[in-house]
Amino acid sequence: MSTPLVLTYVGFFVMAAITLGGALMAVSARNLIRAALGLIIALIGIAGIYFVLEAEFVAVVQILVYVGAISILILFAVMLTRGLMKRDLPAQNAQWIAAAFISLAMFAALLYVALSTNWRAVETQVAGDLIPKLGTELMTTYLLPFEAVSLLLLAALVGAIVIARE
Amino acid sequence: MDFFDNIFTNIYAWLAFWLHELLMGWNLPKDVESALVSAIMIILVIIVIILWMVLMVLILIWLERKNAARIQDRVGPNRVGPWGLLQPVADTIKMLIKEDILPENADRFVHTIAPMIVMMPPVLMFAVIPWGKGMVPVDLNIGVLWIIAVASIGTIGVFLGGYGSNNKYSLLGGMRAVAQMVSYEIPQVLTIVPIVLMVGSMSLVKINEAQSGWFGMQWFVFAFPVGTIAFVVYYLSALAEVGRTPFDIPEGESEIVAGYMTEYSGMKWALFYLAEYFNFFIVCVIGATLFLGGWNGPILPGYVWLVAKTYALVLLGMWIRMTWPRFRVDQLMNFAWKVLVPIALVNIVLAGVALPIFKMIGF
Repeated sequence: MSTPLVLTYVGFFVMAAITLGGALMAVSARNLIRAALGLIIALIGIAGIYFVLEAEFVAVVQILVYVGAISILILFAVMLTRGLMKRDLPAQNAQWIAAAFISLAMFAALLYVALSTNWRAVETQVAGDLIPKLGTELMTTYLLPFEAVSLLLLAALVGAIVIARE
Repeated sequence: MDFFDNIFTNIYAWLAFWLHELLMGWNLPKDVESALVSAIMIILVIIVIILWMVLMVLILIWLERKNAARIQDRVGPNRVGPWGLLQPVADTIKMLIKEDILPENADRFVHTIAPMIVMMPPVLMFAVIPWGKGMVPVDLNIGVLWIIAVASIGTIGVFLGGYGSNNKYSLLGGMRAVAQMVSYEIPQVLTIVPIVLMVGSMSLVKINEAQSGWFGMQWFVFAFPVGTIAFVVYYLSALAEVGRTPFDIPEGESEIVAGYMTEYSGMKWALFYLAEYFNFFIVCVIGATLFLGGWNGPILPGYVWLVAKTYALVLLGMWIRMTWPRFRVDQLMNFAWKVLVPIALVNIVLAGVALPIFKMIGF
């Protein structure tokens, strides 16, 4: 059953608003825990956009990895760092002008790429269950990068344990 | 029996059709009309799911109090309604009219939003469960992965609740809760892997279908040894994940008052309390769906079977809760990392070895 187009638009705008609101909160909050909360809201909004685009697997992995794992890591890092738990920390430092310029340049570059690309609508519908195909590809064509990533994660895990033991 | 089996799907189809007919008279453009019908039906399904959740959890609370009383040689609630059946309703009204106290210097926003975040995962998980034949609100082809993913959102809520209260006991409870939930999530996820291997799909509907037939012998608990081990490890880590008594370190009354809920009162506290029961109920539903054949069963309609199996698991959990003492923190962590995780990992290897052999024999 395909979703009616109107609902897709409504869903997209709601999710985009959530993402932007969360992102705004993440950069403007004076309290790091609140900033992290804003980031989590923005990440959930992005997962929602993936859902609207019917990329369920990407959406679920977004929630699993970013909302479930990375944001908890950020919260833990904030809690375990001395002095970061204070209520009011300045949201800007002396380098905010440079940061603003770089962000603006980045935004301009992205905007240029987005506007100058000739977006084509894909006519053919991707058929069937994509997860088995993804799994097969990961285990055959992309085996080496896949294993390299797992080795990297293993090294990070062992490294974290070694640092925590000291 | 077909009538009862299909009653809810028929009501759904009939309502959608009736809505369609009703809107025909308004002469709307075709897209707008179909969008309106879809939107209204989606909202209806959401309302039904939430009402269903609330009903189930009210029964659960009553059952828990009655059971606790029986095991501890008491009578339990028996004043409001027959056998005290209306006690949860009275409790709810009491909670609603209680004063909402905000601790001094607490982070008002975080303090308020934490219970709402805690309520998110169970509602999201209820949406992908196949409750009966054709009764799955959202049929995701990655249902299992969805359940794993949204379950981790609750951790954030508990943590924020602990932080936002500006209380050392709350903070300690929050930290403990996060450590426990993150640890027990791992064996829980690892036990689902053999099931996915056996079915070859992550869709909960497909997992259910794979367990039909053979008079229940096709259930994955009976897929000895892989399924049985997976079920036991799943159930134990699920109990720990929702923080039921042998594993209720995050809110151990004798050590840290009430953990992350210490500073909560009124309806916010009730939300935490309800979320705990929702989570307990939903992990039992998932256990029944993954290992006990879901809604498959003879004679009675599918949804009755699922609820019956779920309540069997719920009663087992209550029995464990009432009869076991609380673990220490180190025992809890050791149990997760040194017992459950290795067993689950070996179980996956076992499944990987056993499955091709079974396939070769033509099982």
